[in-house]
Amino acid sequence: MTALAIKNASVYYPVPGKQPVHALQSINLEIHEKDFVVALGASGCGKSTLLNLIAGFMAPSEGEISLNGEVVTGPGADRSVVFQKHALLPWLNVLDNVAFGLKIQGHGKVKREGIAREFIKLLGLEQFEQSATYELSGGMQQRVGIARALTSDPAILLMDEPLGALDALTRERAQELILKVWRDTGKMVFFITHSVEEALFMGTKLIVMSPRPGRISHVFDLPFSQRYFETGNARAIKASSEFIELREKILQIIFADEAGAHDE
Amino acid sequence: MSDNRSTTGKGIKASWMKAKPAKPGEIYGVPGQGESLKISVVVIFGLIFVWWLVTYAGYIKPLFLPSPMGVIDAFLVILRDGFTGASFWEHTWVSTLRVFSAFLLACIVGIPLGIAMGMSPIARGIFDPPIEFYRPIPPLAYLPLMIIWFGIDELSKVLLIFLSVLAPMALGARAGVKSAAIEQIHAAYSFGATRWQVIRLVVLPSAMPEIFTAMRVGIGFGWTTLVAAEMVAATSGLGYTVLSASRFLQTPIVIMGIVVIAAIAYAFDHLVRFVERRVVPWKGRG
Repeated sequence: MTALAIKNASVYYPVPGKQPVHALQSINLEIHEKDFVVALGASGCGKSTLLNLIAGFMAPSEGEISLNGEVVTGPGADRSVVFQKHALLPWLNVLDNVAFGLKIQGHGKVKREGIAREFIKLLGLEQFEQSATYELSGGMQQRVGIARALTSDPAILLMDEPLGALDALTRERAQELILKVWRDTGKMVFFITHSVEEALFMGTKLIVMSPRPGRISHVFDLPFSQRYFETGNARAIKASSEFIELREKILQIIFADEAGAHDE
Repeated sequence: MSDNRSTTGKGIKASWMKAKPAKPGEIYGVPGQGESLKISVVVIFGLIFVWWLVTYAGYIKPLFLPSPMGVIDAFLVILRDGFTGASFWEHTWVSTLRVFSAFLLACIVGIPLGIAMGMSPIARGIFDPPIEFYRPIPPLAYLPLMIIWFGIDELSKVLLIFLSVLAPMALGARAGVKSAAIEQIHAAYSFGATRWQVIRLVVLPSAMPEIFTAMRVGIGFGWTTLVAAEMVAATSGLGYTVLSASRFLQTPIVIMGIVVIAAIAYAFDHLVRFVERRVVPWKGRG
């Protein structure tokens, strides 16, 4: 069974002349096949640090991260990242951007364009293959980023607030698109967001993180994305009383964390 | 007393103080917005007119400032007869060759050097002190050393120009390394890229806008150094033409040489800008 395991991971940032900053404290988390794990929390709770640990951009001060039993020591193609922005290459068109990872992995032009076109189609970008990335809207750019991340057939997709820069309408559409891509590809997903509604709607599992030191304070199992696949009606789910109750509960947790942080 | 910021009144001061009205199709308040070409054309012709006027009226002796027609005459004479045994085109060709071979060499050496300095603390540690040491020194000051070390042939001339172009090229490429967003670099690494692939496929393309700017600055330094380079045992070249004409107080030829150098440099600058628009159309929009 494929799984990502984070065991007892802590991160300290050294600060010259001061106590080191305790960015993450004893994180334990397992992500299994077909899990869509969403991390939510106030700013500075260590969500991005946790994603960087999984991606291999940062090594934990203590503990370890492993994917399918193999310890993570650096970035690798089995863990693709979708960034919030600035990650596309403006000198390449959409097709070449999507094929970029395959080029790095040494695949020939025919093969990489074949694979890239497959994911361009999955993300609905066929008409924009030859477009310059900077001419696309923010939502379209994010689709290119997701298509690119999928080309290397990763075990897990790491998404660092991928929809944070989008307007509300585009964002809701993108949420549904990502859910469909997740269902069709069967990848594990680790997804960071600031939006409680987005977190509840998309995840199968929600981890709420608290700051200073960054830690997982609450874990929820979520039924809403499954319900979306059954009904296809995202708004009805987001307007249901069960959804709203949970949303308010989680908001209270986060506000309490924020207030606690300001009292320090 | 009237209020400084009053929106009425006449005169230059009042018009500067007055709030400008918004215009259709323009974003209000963008600094330096608007067309400047017409003003430049008027200024150029205005300067030539003043030049003509002061020389025609005899306010300034031709020795100090010949008339525009005098300069054109000098140009036509040199075009026909050449200057000190070489044709105008030969002078121009020799200088252009010197500047461009030095420029090309500086690109070949300076761009990888700058990228290396941007990428590696070791390369930065090694090359930063020597570059920063020689960079502010005027080429004329180390010209004697170049002659002692490399002789009086083409080599020392080209090397002198090369050195003056190298520093801005290397510093520009080095600064350009910082243009790549960390997300772009991380994206490449998470596909399993090697360090070399990251440099070739992400860092170098990102640095291209800065490298083009460095080329424009660098070639400018190259032309600036040309005259110094041609002070030594040169028998042809535009810098040589200017220098030897000045020794014989042939001011029209001096001015002609200056104008020709400026024209070539200006044309090349536009060529670089043209190539830049083709190669990095995404500049400032990435």
